[in-house]
Amino acid sequence: MTVFDVEKIRQDFPILKEKIRGKDLVYLDNAATCQKPQAVIDSIVQVYSHDYANVHRGVHTLSVRSTDKFEAARTKVKEFINAASDKEIIFVKGATEAVNLVAQTYGKANIKAGDEIVITAMEHHSNIVPWQMLCEQTGAVLRVAPINQTGELIFAEFEQLLNDKTKLVSVVHMSNALGTINPVKAIIETAHSKNIPVLLDGAQAIPHIAVDVQALDCDFYVFSGHKLYAPTGTGVLYGKQALLEVMPPYQGGGDMIRKVTFTETEYNTLPYKFEAGTPNIADVIGLGAAIDYINAIGMPAIAAHEAELLDYATTKARAIKGLRIIGEAEEKGAILSFVLDKIHPHDIGTMLDSLGIAIRAGHHCAMPVMDFYNVPATARASFALYNTRQEIDVLMNGIESLIEVFG
Amino acid sequence: MFDDLRDLYQEVIFDHNRNPRNFRVIDDADRKVEGFNPLCGDRLTLYLKMDGDVITDASFQGSGCAISTASVSLMTEIIKGKTEQEADALFRQFHEMTTGKDEHFNLEAIGKLAVLAGVREYPARVKCATLAWHTLDAALKNQQQAISTE
Repeated sequence: MTVFDVEKIRQDFPILKEKIRGKDLVYLDNAATCQKPQAVIDSIVQVYSHDYANVHRGVHTLSVRSTDKFEAARTKVKEFINAASDKEIIFVKGATEAVNLVAQTYGKANIKAGDEIVITAMEHHSNIVPWQMLCEQTGAVLRVAPINQTGELIFAEFEQLLNDKTKLVSVVHMSNALGTINPVKAIIETAHSKNIPVLLDGAQAIPHIAVDVQALDCDFYVFSGHKLYAPTGTGVLYGKQALLEVMPPYQGGGDMIRKVTFTETEYNTLPYKFEAGTPNIADVIGLGAAIDYINAIGMPAIAAHEAELLDYATTKARAIKGLRIIGEAEEKGAILSFVLDKIHPHDIGTMLDSLGIAIRAGHHCAMPVMDFYNVPATARASFALYNTRQEIDVLMNGIESLIEVFG
Repeated sequence: MFDDLRDLYQEVIFDHNRNPRNFRVIDDADRKVEGFNPLCGDRLTLYLKMDGDVITDASFQGSGCAISTASVSLMTEIIKGKTEQEADALFRQFHEMTTGKDEHFNLEAIGKLAVLAGVREYPARVKCATLAWHTLDAALKNQQQAISTE
């Protein structure tokens, strides 16, 4: 596609025709989860109607077909993030499970009492709690690199936190609560100069930023499929092969073994070593379909469209008296978090819903970020490739009207 | 523009949100309980002054959405002068009004509190309205620890 035609794209998403409380749906909760294009929905129907059986085991035709499609999705993911090999793509149920997997395998094998793990003050709970659990289990210590008022990492302070005891840096690529895009290349270079591996939480970044794990040189990259227009229950852990090879397995069971007796078990090769049990076959195939869909439009075109939407929304939001934007980093993705004077985000959420507008109101699973800005919650509008300027106009008119009603 | 919401956001609710009643600390309170809704961050502290089993004064501090602020504000007004049993009966009625299945709930019996009946159509907001009353319930049972809606 050479021209980005948002009206044509909207036709691909059946849910966008829904009426909410009698109004046209304006879906601006994409940072929570994205809607699905017909191609993804069709791919699941296709699998269950024509291609479904268990993978990696049967010699019968359907099992072979199912396995081929499942493994083709792995190759699509590999190419999408430019990993070096299919062996580096582990399917999990979401970014959260991927972080937990690294914490409980790599972490337990390599992080001991007194060692340190460095995160940032803008992390989602899913990149805080797994490390806290690991620290509790091992006696390691969690260190938090601070952010400034605009919502940017204070790089000098991050750098100072790295020392001989630091065994892992785990940072968010793009913040879900603030929209901040972290300087991940510099973070990785700095950590690597001290031989510290880096995990990037790409849950928010993946639908907005073209990711090249080899160019970034990150050691682990995690993301969820459902924020990438793919079905829920799909997620990816990318890890450098050399690291994955020596990591102990995560869960035991079928598919992750090569040979089992009652005295010992020989583990399967990568990536299967980390994929115990029957995987989420149909939805992973759906993830492959989502990647095909995105590739057909092109990440650069998507990123440009979303950047334009964010600019437009930010300019309009700044003109509203009593509105304060939370998170104004220089490098920012398609997220507009805000609070209104004397109007609680939940009231904003309910009132906008009555106009057909879906936004998120709450702490966005980032309670420490809320504490930092001294707000109980924020309202958050987040944009995707199918959103339009007109929808932002509807949102802003809605905000102005509700300010009036609250008086 | 917000016609659909008139049942939920009645003028009385805006009024109590703008000017919450009994928004103060009772220094020599006999009961003091904190209520917290972790989903939306609503937080309040309820203070009761008792004379035997009669609530002689009630007040609160905290921050929350319009529904939760109006709910606790109205509650502190209505429970003043009530006995513990009467307050407990009100708690039960309020709970039934906001969460119950009875469509013929007698709104007149609950007086002014009926302005909050609209939340039953908004499941995501029921806890905003009931936080105050669950906190009261804990205070009536003389519990010390903070209560949470989750």
